[in-house]
Amino acid sequence: MARSLLFPEFKIERDKERCIACQVCVRQCANDVHEGSDTEDTVVSQEEKCVGCQRCVNLCPTNALTVQTRKDGFRPNGNWEDRHLRGIYKQAETGGILLTGMGCDRLYPVYWDHLLLNASQVTNPSIDPLREPIELTTYLGKKEEKLDIHWEGDSPVVRTRLAPQLGLEVPVIFSAMSYGSISYNAFRSLAEAAREAGTFCNSGEGGLHPDFYPFGENIIVQVASGRFGVHRDYLRVAAAVEIKIGQGAKPGIGGHLPGEKVSKEISRTRKIPLESDAISPAPHHDIYSIEDLERLVFAIKEAINYEKPVAVKIAAVHNVAAIASGVVRAGADIVTIDGIRGGTGAAPQVIRDNVGIPIELALAQVDERLRLEGIRHHSSLLIAGGIRSSADVIKAIALGADAVYVGTAALVGLGCHLCQKCYTGKCNWGIATQDPVLTKRLNPNIGRRRLVNLLRAWAFEIKEMLGGMGVNAIESLRGNREHLRAVGLSREECSVLGVKAAGEGW
Amino acid sequence: MKHIKIHEEYCIGCRLCEINCLVKHSHTGKIIKAFKEESPRAFPRIRVEEEGCLSFALQCRHCEDAPCVENCMTGAMRRDKENATVLCDEEKCVGCWMCIMSCPCGVIKREKKTRRIASKCDLCGGVDEPVCVAHCPNEALTYE
Amino acid sequence: MRDPFRIPSGCAVSGILNLDGTHVSGEKIIRSIEVMHERSNGLGGGFAAYGIYPEYAELYAFHVLYDDPLTAKDVEAILKRSCTIEHSEEIPCKETENIQNWPVFKRYFLRYRGRSDCEDDEVVRMVMEVNSGIHGAYIVSSGKNMGVFKGVGYPEDIGKLFQLEEYQGYCWIAHGRFPTNSAGWWGGAHPFGLLSWSVVHNGEISSYGINRRYLQNFGYVCNLQTDTEVITYLVDLLVRKHNIRIPYLGAVFASPFWEQIEKMEEPKKEFFTSLRTIYGGALLNGPFSIIVGFPGGMFGMVDRIKLRPMLAAWKDSTFFLSSEECAIREIAPSLDRLVALRAGEVISERVGERNSHGQKLTVSGV
Ligand code: SF4
Ligand code: SF4
Ligand code: SF4
Ligand code: SF4
Ligand code: SF4
Repeated sequence: MARSLLFPEFKIERDKERCIACQVCVRQCANDVHEGSDTEDTVVSQEEKCVGCQRCVNLCPTNALTVQTRKDGFRPNGNWEDRHLRGIYKQAETGGILLTGMGCDRLYPVYWDHLLLNASQVTNPSIDPLREPIELTTYLGKKEEKLDIHWEGDSPVVRTRLAPQLGLEVPVIFSAMSYGSISYNAFRSLAEAAREAGTFCNSGEGGLHPDFYPFGENIIVQVASGRFGVHRDYLRVAAAVEIKIGQGAKPGIGGHLPGEKVSKEISRTRKIPLESDAISPAPHHDIYSIEDLERLVFAIKEAINYEKPVAVKIAAVHNVAAIASGVVRAGADIVTIDGIRGGTGAAPQVIRDNVGIPIELALAQVDERLRLEGIRHHSSLLIAGGIRSSADVIKAIALGADAVYVGTAALVGLGCHLCQKCYTGKCNWGIATQDPVLTKRLNPNIGRRRLVNLLRAWAFEIKEMLGGMGVNAIESLRGNREHLRAVGLSREECSVLGVKAAGEGW
Repeated sequence: MKHIKIHEEYCIGCRLCEINCLVKHSHTGKIIKAFKEESPRAFPRIRVEEEGCLSFALQCRHCEDAPCVENCMTGAMRRDKENATVLCDEEKCVGCWMCIMSCPCGVIKREKKTRRIASKCDLCGGVDEPVCVAHCPNEALTYE
Repeated sequence: MRDPFRIPSGCAVSGILNLDGTHVSGEKIIRSIEVMHERSNGLGGGFAAYGIYPEYAELYAFHVLYDDPLTAKDVEAILKRSCTIEHSEEIPCKETENIQNWPVFKRYFLRYRGRSDCEDDEVVRMVMEVNSGIHGAYIVSSGKNMGVFKGVGYPEDIGKLFQLEEYQGYCWIAHGRFPTNSAGWWGGAHPFGLLSWSVVHNGEISSYGINRRYLQNFGYVCNLQTDTEVITYLVDLLVRKHNIRIPYLGAVFASPFWEQIEKMEEPKKEFFTSLRTIYGGALLNGPFSIIVGFPGGMFGMVDRIKLRPMLAAWKDSTFFLSSEECAIREIAPSLDRLVALRAGEVISERVGERNSHGQKLTVSGV
């Protein structure tokens, strides 16, 4: 076999003074990087296979290990970055599409980091969240334009029946990650945390394992082009149904769950043969137009008796505002928009890194467009793709989102180290894997606790920031771009975002 | 009495429990010294059993009706009056291995380094949280 | 001229309503607001008066401010498209010690010629067209049998400038402003008027950005960048178009907390839940106390956690609202009843409903 031109991406250093040859690292690395010896007190590593997930580093009891990105020593070249060379070497060897996991990691501007929040001074008081209530309660779903109120004497008689709503205690939902792309324990952690924190998790397109039916009130189920595991009970048990048209990590293409990840339980949940690749087509083959989407939306609404909201998820692409407007008109109660930095279990790298637009811009445009068309209240806006902190959440809400989805952030909360190897099925953190040796590494009791903590911490921070702005209900910040200012952005970017430059007053 | 509970579904076979039990029973109590400098090296009172993808860590169950206590002819293996732990009084132990033969869990080991004595989990001498529990990264051992 | 920025300001507000419909001159309200001199800084003051044009009671009385009197032609052209100008005149002003310069103020009495069911909408549209389209002219009020008088100065000086002691009204509302920088433009003073609503406000609405965008949905263009403008449009939208009665405005503008709504009994709970869910964009968040005048009545309210003061008082058949008790005591030293408004509370009175003892009143000449 010809010698590979690829060389290790990571450098592993083992401090001989500290290493006690306990072989914990050996047992933890699913990529078989470390090797111990039965006879000698030594452990050695084969760096080629390391993906930099830091699992061994985390568990080494003596802190003897460091795993670092390797300086590869290519001659510096402003045009040919290391990743180009690596990509070419790999493709020249394999002749295949480069696969990757998680979201786009390119250095495109992250607009959250160019937006600054406001705070009260003198002319209005800030509110102290420890002493006064600050409300994050959010309802997602269609809002009527007005209440039809009829007065009988002095008592109001309301003739409008509120459309079905999803009530959230924090405006953060766990985004679509199917059982299949993530492990049973990871899904259980998400579902239990959603229930405890008063929010929702999304089933993704992989159906719902029978064990999770009892969590239905906190689950949004997804209907995607593959229709895996979709049946009447699946739709009815959930709190809401989301039709997935597109995904921010790979707009325009379908899903792919490699056969290695299709275990017995997964084949049962998805209703597909064991170890077969689960491939969802790029388009829904019954949706070739917006009218077709409308028909599916209403078919689902019929199936669930109009009792729960139906969401439609689209990827943030260039014409997203017009598309979102169509989606709203097609009857979606919630429009989900997923930006270019949205994560995935597996996607062609070239698509993940080059297709779509940042969610901040898409959100700003969609919200504005829907308002101009006077239909903003017809649907709630749920955004996804690149929310990393409570600051991102609150900025998203100020730009116009009703709530946000977090996927990557939730997985990081569970231990993910962003090694981007989710598609290999060998997630050392027990998250994006179905290997029973690995899946048990994620104890869902710990997972639930960590996620609930994370949401609680974010909620506290959001309340602090709201209080600082003198606002005690989140709806008063929603779409309130007066509380945002841009730094370091061009005039065009400011205008796309609908935000004034920092330093400009009211 | 609190017991160490084993949750094999979350045991990842890392053996950090073994390593830390060893350290706890070493002279210095320092991990690097315990492994690299102490001779004889201390040994763990807990053992991780593995087969296929199943693993779990087992140590003395401190049985209510302990056969090892019953079968010890010198009275070395006894039940602690204060906290009901099953302990071996090393002074009295003559190394007959009756306890080892009668333990249904096979968690008593032979200490051969100095003289023949039976050695087993002492629940870390009655601490609030035994070190194997404290160091288990995945809560596969709990003390309740 | 027109200030492009939103300027936070502290303020004094005061209002008098004669529940029996008796008309009084503007002298009282000037005295009342003058007591709170310290709450203003001379950069804005104004009044709204109801019942002052009985001879034109059926007609829309437009008060128009001309920074550039040459634009009068354009304004009148717009007015004439759907209305007949029955009468117009300059609003008389008299130089005072503190105010020597002022823009031209004209009033027009207009008869609407179109279909009666869309009369108000058409008037609103006209106001928006002039105020956002014609630079140099600004409609300060557009109601019937009422008018707004305002400008840059202390309110008592503005009152003297417009000679309010010459007018007779059954309801008077006043405002003294403390903007944090120079307003400089007469149209930026308060009250803000639209149709027969007039609003004075003390506070700063932190939800301004979203309230404004919410209103866009319904065709209201906020170009003044003031909180008062937004409040006025919201009152108009909710009361006139969405049939929400004034006592329930608190449920929208200063909504109870979800926790409180949870504890309500049905059907109240459902009503409040629906109001809050649907009208979240109309929640006014941040400190405010407001007085709103409307034909035949006046109401006051404060924000959901009461960050600004407001008192209501009754004496015989007069109803008072004010930022401070002293402003009421100045004109009514002894009172039948005095209450401080609670967080989110709306206190509303109408002419002819009852006096402070709960007795029905007979009404004269409203
Ligand atoms: S886990 Fe750490 S101490 Fe143990 S063998 Fe590996 S490097 Fe050495
Ligand atoms: S792949 Fe992960 S566990 Fe394996 S050596 Fe690299 S960093 Fe350590
Ligand atoms: S989920 Fe696992 S495989 Fe995927 S990036 Fe995170 S740690 Fe790596
Ligand atoms: S430390 Fe915990 S997970 Fe690791 S082997 Fe021991 S019991 Fe199992
Ligand atoms: S309780 Fe202490 S002595 Fe017993 S097995 Fe655990 S660490 Fe070892």
